[in-house]
Amino acid sequence: MSTKTKEKAGLFNEEKLEEVVEAQKAWEEGPLAQEVSKHPERLPRFSTISDLEINRIYTPRDVPDFDYLRDLNFPGCYPFTRGVHTTMYRGRLWTMRQFAGFGTPEQTNQRYRYLLSIGQTGLSMAFDFPTLYGRDSDDPMSRGEVGKCGVAVDTLKDFEVIFEGIPMDRITTSMTINPPAIVLLAMYIVAAEKQGVSQDKIGGTVQNDMLKEFIAQKTWIYPPIPSLRLVRDIVVYCTHHVPRWNTISISGYHIREAGATAVQELAFTLADGIEYVKMGIEAGLDVDAFAPRYSFFFDSHMDFFEEIAKMRAARRMWAKIMRDRFGAKSPRSWWMRFHTQTAGCSLTAQQPLNNIVRTAIEALAAVLGGTQSLHTNSMDETWALPTEEAVTVALRTQQIIAHESGVANTIDPLGGSYFIEALTNEMEEKAWEYINKIEEMGGIIPAIDAGYPQKEITEAAFRYQQQLETKEKIIVGVNEFIMEGEELPIEILKVDPEVERVQFQRLNEVRRKRNNAKVQSLLKDLKDAAADEKENLMPIIIDLVREYASIGEIMGAMKEIFGEYRDPGYF
Amino acid sequence: MGGTERKVKILVAKPGLDGHDRGAKVVARALRDAGFEVIYTGLHQSLDQIVHAAMEEDVDAIGISILSGAHMYVFPTLINMLREEGLDDIVVFGGGIIPTDDIPELEKAGVKKIFLPGTPLEEIIEWVKENVKPRTVSL
Repeated sequence: MSTKTKEKAGLFNEEKLEEVVEAQKAWEEGPLAQEVSKHPERLPRFSTISDLEINRIYTPRDVPDFDYLRDLNFPGCYPFTRGVHTTMYRGRLWTMRQFAGFGTPEQTNQRYRYLLSIGQTGLSMAFDFPTLYGRDSDDPMSRGEVGKCGVAVDTLKDFEVIFEGIPMDRITTSMTINPPAIVLLAMYIVAAEKQGVSQDKIGGTVQNDMLKEFIAQKTWIYPPIPSLRLVRDIVVYCTHHVPRWNTISISGYHIREAGATAVQELAFTLADGIEYVKMGIEAGLDVDAFAPRYSFFFDSHMDFFEEIAKMRAARRMWAKIMRDRFGAKSPRSWWMRFHTQTAGCSLTAQQPLNNIVRTAIEALAAVLGGTQSLHTNSMDETWALPTEEAVTVALRTQQIIAHESGVANTIDPLGGSYFIEALTNEMEEKAWEYINKIEEMGGIIPAIDAGYPQKEITEAAFRYQQQLETKEKIIVGVNEFIMEGEELPIEILKVDPEVERVQFQRLNEVRRKRNNAKVQSLLKDLKDAAADEKENLMPIIIDLVREYASIGEIMGAMKEIFGEYRDPGYF
Repeated sequence: MGGTERKVKILVAKPGLDGHDRGAKVVARALRDAGFEVIYTGLHQSLDQIVHAAMEEDVDAIGISILSGAHMYVFPTLINMLREEGLDDIVVFGGGIIPTDDIPELEKAGVKKIFLPGTPLEEIIEWVKENVKPRTVSL
């Protein structure tokens, strides 16, 4: 907790504060001690889901030097604790963006049209594993995975089908894609171009966050240095040519889902952000030219107040980092804009209807935390990809929060709560400790090399699992309130194994019809360019995509130059 | 565990491209803490690599963690490959995102046990103690 300073900044009158502290002491020693001796509290220690100890009550004693203008200020004003936009949801609601995609490009096109027709305001593409790893559908490692976890994409042809009838100048699209982000972004650019929409008019996001892949999500192909070079090439290219594109979505989500605590999620994500800012500056860009296009992505887990505090602390910390450390001049560079997804790892296979309630609580936390866009998980996602019915309930959950609950009527309604402010301060302090430790190690890259964040997360995941085993933490329907012999009350989506065959066929047809000599010569140019660290690979990859080169061919050519990364397998 | 009897040896493996390793690592560590010898393959293993590791390390069981939806391909193929190598006495079990409807077919294919999300670690440990014995490996 913050130490009391003699600084004149505090909002409380010193004498009044003393009175409160005295009165609290008297209450603790009097009525409280008496009550507890007669009726002990439910637990010897109360803590968040991340195991942060929570006090019985919060009072001015917990935020003694609270300074409104310094710590919170007004929405849209530094340090943005209350929100990055001046009117927040009174001006415009968050973007409701459901992550979707499965099976063939045709099926995904249908699902996207459905989502847009029921009021979704932006697309978010889920790719299958082969696509996430830059492999073609007919690669031996792709067996059994084609179209399973997301849509299968091999060539531009697939993108043309996915976006058929969807106006690419009017929607924004977020793509969860990392090592092959450069290829998928190139496909998006060329698919839009074919609709008559030039690259300066398209808007969206590529996740393109390789650091968190090495820390948590584990979707990697090349070693860290060439991986980051591709991240850089996207940032530099878009800064010059695709001004409405968000070039990196710096992601805490996967770090959290891998078992990190809220503080670890916050700290490792910001440490990654610091590295990406250094990267842009080293590439010769002016910080205010690229930093406003960086966005963030957080998890919203079950511990309601902890999540809200995390998001508020994140905004304040990023503003400080950008203004004070990197000397950014534009307030837009100081803004932390972020997407939130409710916590997949909090959902249970048992009694799946309960997941609707969990997701609603998590979504509410994200809104009270001031998110810019939100994905709500569907109740059936511990079993399979969501059915149309399940995804509709998930979207309706957001609409109910937006239009019925009243929470969007005022900005940061929890600001000023002793608890929320104390918890926000505590999250910030603990996250700085991690960040400082990482800085001492030379930054996040050497820290990852040493396995530091990976081991911290593995530890936290194991600790939490033990707390479940001992019932120190309860998950309804899993380690308490179990229903014996439960029958699954919901429908499960099955992806047709036919998808694999359909995808093979299309890929073969594309390979037969395209100009293969041109593709081969461009692939050779790509290898030459990859060998020269200074070259930006985006233009040549756009040319390759336009000639219908496949994702596996493009990523494979670069693999010859960059090599492969192997899992150190800590457990 | 008996004095001369060697420790039960388990290979925890992540096949294919699926990167969700939280469950595999938690289970690997819990089995190790329970006194088994545990080898974790790391991510992105081909089935060939898994069979090869099982052979090299003379393991008694293989625990497969899979959350990608490819289980109906992975388990039967792995079991066939083990059979072809004469390793059909290696116990194969697994866990992950696996619809209950698929379990009977997997069991028919030779999978000894599928653990669903939310299974207590103690239950997995007990099951392994009960169902996995050191194999007699001919030298």
